[in-house]
Amino acid sequence: MKVRAASDQAILAYLGEEIGQAAHERVLKLLRLLQQEPPRWIRNVQPAYCSLLVNFDISLADHVEVEETIRSYEQRTEKHRAPKASTVEIPVCYGGEFGPDLDEVAAVHGLKPAQVIEVHSSETYHAYFLGFAPGFAYLGDLPAAIATPRLSSPRKRVPAGSVGIAGRQTAVYPMATPGAWRLLGRTPLRMFRADRKMMGLISIGDQVRFRPITNREFGELERG
Amino acid sequence: MSSLLVESAGLQTTVQDLGRPGFGPEGVSASGAADPVALRLGNLLVENQPGVAGLELTLVGGSFVFPDGAVIALTGADLGATVNGRPLEMWASHTLEPGTKLMFGATRNFARGYLAIAGGIQVDPFLGSASTHVLSGLGGFEGRALRKGDRLRIGRASKNVRRRRITLAALYAFKPRKVLRVTEGPQADWFSETTKQVFYRDVFRVSEESDRVGLRLEGTALDGSTAREMITEGVSLGAVQVTPSGQPIILFVEQQTTGGYPKIANIIAADLHRIGQLRPRAEIRFQRTSLAVARSLWIEQERLLNEPEQLFT
Repeated sequence: MKVRAASDQAILAYLGEEIGQAAHERVLKLLRLLQQEPPRWIRNVQPAYCSLLVNFDISLADHVEVEETIRSYEQRTEKHRAPKASTVEIPVCYGGEFGPDLDEVAAVHGLKPAQVIEVHSSETYHAYFLGFAPGFAYLGDLPAAIATPRLSSPRKRVPAGSVGIAGRQTAVYPMATPGAWRLLGRTPLRMFRADRKMMGLISIGDQVRFRPITNREFGELERG
Repeated sequence: MSSLLVESAGLQTTVQDLGRPGFGPEGVSASGAADPVALRLGNLLVENQPGVAGLELTLVGGSFVFPDGAVIALTGADLGATVNGRPLEMWASHTLEPGTKLMFGATRNFARGYLAIAGGIQVDPFLGSASTHVLSGLGGFEGRALRKGDRLRIGRASKNVRRRRITLAALYAFKPRKVLRVTEGPQADWFSETTKQVFYRDVFRVSEESDRVGLRLEGTALDGSTAREMITEGVSLGAVQVTPSGQPIILFVEQQTTGGYPKIANIIAADLHRIGQLRPRAEIRFQRTSLAVARSLWIEQERLLNEPEQLFT
């Protein structure tokens, strides 16, 4: 594990050097242990692909103490098993006004739009972490056959529920925000609800699948 | 219960307290007052707990009616507040009679003014905080900036709030600065020595495209090209990230929680509140400091904020 100061009140613990299951499991185990036994100075933890950002109260501890504690927690995680993953199914209406980039993504890869949908909805994805915006889960790994870079200039407003891809990642926009991911479709589910105990439909470590639905089903689910 | 009526809302007026840290795993950034020191001082002036919700007014304030009266204090930027056509002294507590209209104008100095009210603004908390997260439409009053016609509830105030004002020494200690102190960012060593020299020497201008999410800076383009590929990671409040085009961006209270641009520096905790007072076109510089100095500056600032006898007369 490598540790760096991120700011005068945060450190970054790096638990791997490439995106993948191995680094993810180490991040998840350390996160869970810090959540179960929070040190008195901890204020926030932000997991990502290969790292954990730890914010602390600098009136209570300095970087040396925080780093020592994180290292001792990390050593203890080796005995822990990763928590069992739950599976989340997301219904998606692909293409049309819901997926304005579907045709272009297909064209880039010399595929038909239906093939892109087939590839996107056949994979089981892993929720590496939530970041960017409330409830926004970074899902991977998107099959290389349809991996496409971000738009060169972001849309000012991506509608809530939009399903996008960027590189080897896919995600659902939980709320209307600016965004540069290429949009393939939209889900009628509300991904983030402040009035729910589990606010985000997807949590870190979950397995996620997308199920193609028709416009009509979209309407029914949206009303239901 | 007493209330506050929004007669006109100003440019962007939101309900803010000290935010909701701790929800990183859900992708939720802390939000909270852009200048938390000003909000805390306002609350202390009206004998609230320091973290009670007040109003944050941005660049241009609105006008507000207190049908039942209130005890208030104005802190942060001077938005030319008047009552019955007479200027209201800032950084002091005032008792407003029932039916009083409090009017603000455009700022005369900095970016954000705070209206603290004895008893505080009452809204349903979201994740334990009243603060508005404008970008994601969560928290505060209906998850948005105030509009004409909104009526906000005011909590019960402590009895007989003493009339008091802030000391000059305290005002001086918390004054805005043009030189923001930073520690090195986690990717500082990705940038060349020349780039770092430019970063610490040149003046940068806050762009018009700046808000509670982040402040974009204009000036000499830094060499943002890096040989290494950055893997998205957690980003901290006040991080100065450099985009591939070389533009520095300061991540602020409604920041995205993760990002994929290298960070050259991070503004120190004791100067974070000063970011909240930077107006568009403000000119700033960065000054490097050590973790140890940053920590002692923060501890000193907190000590002062916890000693009312030094803060008020």
